[in-house]
Amino acid sequence: MKYEAETIDVAVVGGGHAGCEAALASARMGMKTIMFAISLDSIAMMPCNPSIGGSSKGHLVREIDALGGQMGKVIDKTYIQTKMLNTGKGPAVYSLRAQADKVKYQSEMKLTLEKTANLRIYQGEIAEIMMEDGKVSGVVTAAGAIFRCKAAVLSMGTYMRGRCLHGEVIVPSGPNNLMPATQLSQSLKDMGIQLYRFKTGTPARMLKRSLDFDKMQPQYGDENIIPFSFENTAEDIKREQALCWLTYTNEKTHEVIKENLHRSPLFGGIIEGTGPRYCPSIEDKVVRFADKERHQIFIEPEGETTEEMYIQGMSSSLPEDVQIAMYHTVPGLEHCEITRFAYAIEYDCIDATQLKLSLEFKDYKGLFSAGQFNGSSGYEEAAAQGLIGGINASRYIQGKDPVILQRSDGYIGVLIDDLISKGSKEPYRMMTSRAEFRLLLRQDNADQRLMPIGHEIGLVSEERFLALREKERLIAMEIERVKGLTIAPNTKTLEILEKHESSPIKSGVKLSDLIKRPELDYEKLAPIDGERPELPMDVREQVNIQIKYEGYIGQQLKQVEQFKKLENRKLPEDMDYQSIQGLRIEAKQKLDAIRPSSLGHASRITGVSPADISVLLIYLEQQKRKK
Amino acid sequence: MNRLNQLDDIIAAISTPLGMGGIGIVRISGQGSVELVDCLFEGKKSLLEKKSHTLSYGKIISRGEVIDEVLVSVMKEPQTYTKEDIVEINCHGGALVTRRILEAVLNEGARLAEPGEFTKRAFLNGRMDLTQAEAVIDIIHSHTDLSRQAAVNQLEGRLKTEVRSMREELLDMIAAIEAVIDYPEHDVEEETYGNMEQGALKLLSRMEELLAKADRGKIIREGLETVIVGKPNVGKSSLLNWLLEEERAIVTDIPGTTRDTVEEYINIDGIPMKIVDTAGIRETGDVVEKMGVEKSKAYAEKSDLILMMLDGSRLLEGEDREILSFIHGKKTLVLLNKTDLDQKISMEELEKYIPKEQLISISIKENRGFEELIHGLKDLFFSGESVKAEDGLLGNTRHKNALFQAKEAMEHCLTTIRTRMPEDFISMDLQDANRALGEITGDVADEEIIDRIFTKFCLGK
Repeated sequence: MKYEAETIDVAVVGGGHAGCEAALASARMGMKTIMFAISLDSIAMMPCNPSIGGSSKGHLVREIDALGGQMGKVIDKTYIQTKMLNTGKGPAVYSLRAQADKVKYQSEMKLTLEKTANLRIYQGEIAEIMMEDGKVSGVVTAAGAIFRCKAAVLSMGTYMRGRCLHGEVIVPSGPNNLMPATQLSQSLKDMGIQLYRFKTGTPARMLKRSLDFDKMQPQYGDENIIPFSFENTAEDIKREQALCWLTYTNEKTHEVIKENLHRSPLFGGIIEGTGPRYCPSIEDKVVRFADKERHQIFIEPEGETTEEMYIQGMSSSLPEDVQIAMYHTVPGLEHCEITRFAYAIEYDCIDATQLKLSLEFKDYKGLFSAGQFNGSSGYEEAAAQGLIGGINASRYIQGKDPVILQRSDGYIGVLIDDLISKGSKEPYRMMTSRAEFRLLLRQDNADQRLMPIGHEIGLVSEERFLALREKERLIAMEIERVKGLTIAPNTKTLEILEKHESSPIKSGVKLSDLIKRPELDYEKLAPIDGERPELPMDVREQVNIQIKYEGYIGQQLKQVEQFKKLENRKLPEDMDYQSIQGLRIEAKQKLDAIRPSSLGHASRITGVSPADISVLLIYLEQQKRKK
Repeated sequence: MNRLNQLDDIIAAISTPLGMGGIGIVRISGQGSVELVDCLFEGKKSLLEKKSHTLSYGKIISRGEVIDEVLVSVMKEPQTYTKEDIVEINCHGGALVTRRILEAVLNEGARLAEPGEFTKRAFLNGRMDLTQAEAVIDIIHSHTDLSRQAAVNQLEGRLKTEVRSMREELLDMIAAIEAVIDYPEHDVEEETYGNMEQGALKLLSRMEELLAKADRGKIIREGLETVIVGKPNVGKSSLLNWLLEEERAIVTDIPGTTRDTVEEYINIDGIPMKIVDTAGIRETGDVVEKMGVEKSKAYAEKSDLILMMLDGSRLLEGEDREILSFIHGKKTLVLLNKTDLDQKISMEELEKYIPKEQLISISIKENRGFEELIHGLKDLFFSGESVKAEDGLLGNTRHKNALFQAKEAMEHCLTTIRTRMPEDFISMDLQDANRALGEITGDVADEEIIDRIFTKFCLGK
């Protein structure tokens, strides 16, 4: 029996990392919001690795924070180890990564949701989306409760017709043995939404006391910690850090896997879904990188209130007996006691080319989609989309233009642009190499790039915003000072230069020029810079980066200008691609289906070649001349 | 003239040289071409009933009058040069007949094609990519066999193959760096700075090699700009005539950029030459040549090659010395004419101005010294080697600029590596190089490139 339950503004379907950000953003923007989850105990669950951040994902978390999202704040409160990765490889690719206490992370996020005004969390499975005149009008739970709404955000993660597999065991299930969502897929299909089937997987968990850590190398966190959230300082979040461990697979491990490959549903053809190339199962790695003698395995704690350990790098869908044999070959895991076996999970997701850059469905007004359901993988990718989905659902109701980040604005822009123009054929993982302007999109300047937007839409407080402006003022002043300061070749200067194996100077040199030398930086030159004012760490960092890499930054800014030329050539939504002579058939079909917003967008669609773009350019030129 | 024409009209042009050869061909392309020609055609069957890619015998009749007996080939889209319907009318050669058939076709509603327009359509319709289309345009604009051959090489994709292979290597290097950056927690083997430096050096030298060929490429494509200098009455016009007689394929007289200059394209053993101010030499006849010292000076400044005429049977005079001193240090051949007479000129003095290798004795009267002249030219421009069409791989200025940019990016990359900047910056430089090379192969679409290329499509001569 269906019944009228309530009228709200925004319904968020799913309570994972995307759903949480969507619900919080929408409620904070004044929308009456309900977030639905099959189990409220699975809110913000991390069904796979117990960590947040990492290469390029750390960038996403900082961008989420700058826009007024929650992920960074929660991980700062619940981390048990933190590390800045890639510190030797250039400031653009510095990436923050933190081990999380999974249980704490979940409860911290749940509590935040519960305390937020305008927001209610609700345990129930959504079975149907209601539409009226091409617009979303409500959602219906499996129990028959009708919630009338003006907008909805779909963020069901991997729950849709989920099934978990290891060996011959196949169970309909969401992640971690939770109930799958069985009905919504059909409702969406009936509406005409195209679904794909993707797969992903997770490794086994083991009891800590059964592992022999003497055979592994300890992995420590950083001494100088850097928070994810721009609201926190290192002092705010300093705490004792947990240890992780490193071990390796060996030839014996690989033998066990190869002998039993036929029993893997992945290779036996039972799994239909496409898996991520970037986060392959151990079977995948052994087959694809056959010449590699060993693979790295990290042993990470799942939290402080549990003895379960996560075996990073060894996800699998092999049967239980093979898993036991396989794990036992790894040094330190010889006597491991498995608490949860590794499994693969298959689920329904959409072809994201059905969405606009705002994450709204092109054909369904008010219906937004975010997260793993859009074909991405990873908590951070999900959260980033959830935030944008929540923001734009609210702005849709407010009658305002959607917030759309360009590829030159941030990793979030790259992520969404990639998803909706390329339509992932496998779970999409963020990578720094996907961002063509990464020197400008650093994790350290996410606040300068995006906080003004967060402030404008009402997710960042006036106080935070003013603090940012003050920081920018200090940076600008210090850069000016450093550029104007001449360093004399006196004994002290020469001493410092020699200490850092930097060639001596013969006449006065600008401090900024010394900072630019690869072997020197702003901090190292402090002893010969007598007038240096006291500045906060984050300001000093910006001064150093902006001076040191000035040339490269300028080079990239030029590239952005170039890029924007094609971005600014808008393509009308009603463009008749079929009638444009010269476009190849595949390009016509793709352009017709995706209806790109600009020429730049069109150029990134798979199946549209540079030659097609030339044809479009010429066509646009012709049209212009006609007028 | 509208630079961007409609694609949906029918274009027509005579596609054989006017008045030469046994047959003339009028080519018509565009949707409705078959119907259009059918209105003029009288044969056994209507052209509309013919299968694609067949020949039909019949007559072309315009306004009740038979113009000619013809063979008409009907080629239906998409397997045609332009990927549109194409009809070709093969008629009996003569300029008048061919032109009348074209007029009849135009009267039926076709539009006269602009030079290169069939190719433009082939490109727009996806029949060929940008670099191939560019090559076709180069063929249309080429002045000598060699430059045509070089353009054909490009059409066949030899340049593209070479550039693509460099891009592959760049991508490998980029991928190696990116893997380390994106998987910091995994033991992806790190590229050492030493390896990267070697890779970058190798690529840089390949780029430099290709660029070195570029100058030859320009010569092959555009011809060696040559000026003939010498004091009045020394026999400049005889030299010009001699060269023109000797070379095998005179292309045409082409009005140059300025009204008072006429250029003559000649081909001497594969070396294309563009001789400037032939008018200045000819107009005045053999008796008193107008081109004086001042004018010679001006031309010599901007030419690739200076041919100076001297009379070996006379002593050096003031004017000779003046010319010799201003051509000093330029790419010059001094031709000592009249070796059939007693030689009075002082070689000793001459060698003060010009290296011995650049002094060539000739006798126009007795037709001697032509081989020596060819040798001298090759020594001067091709280090003595014979001229190959491969050298023309990079004759196109746009390609050269892009390759130059790629080279600069690689040089920057080497500095980045040598100063031990972090990997990320190496990757940035490599990507710059990759982007520049992509402009050559057409794998990177850029508004400016397309603009630049398309202006060429309508400039035809």
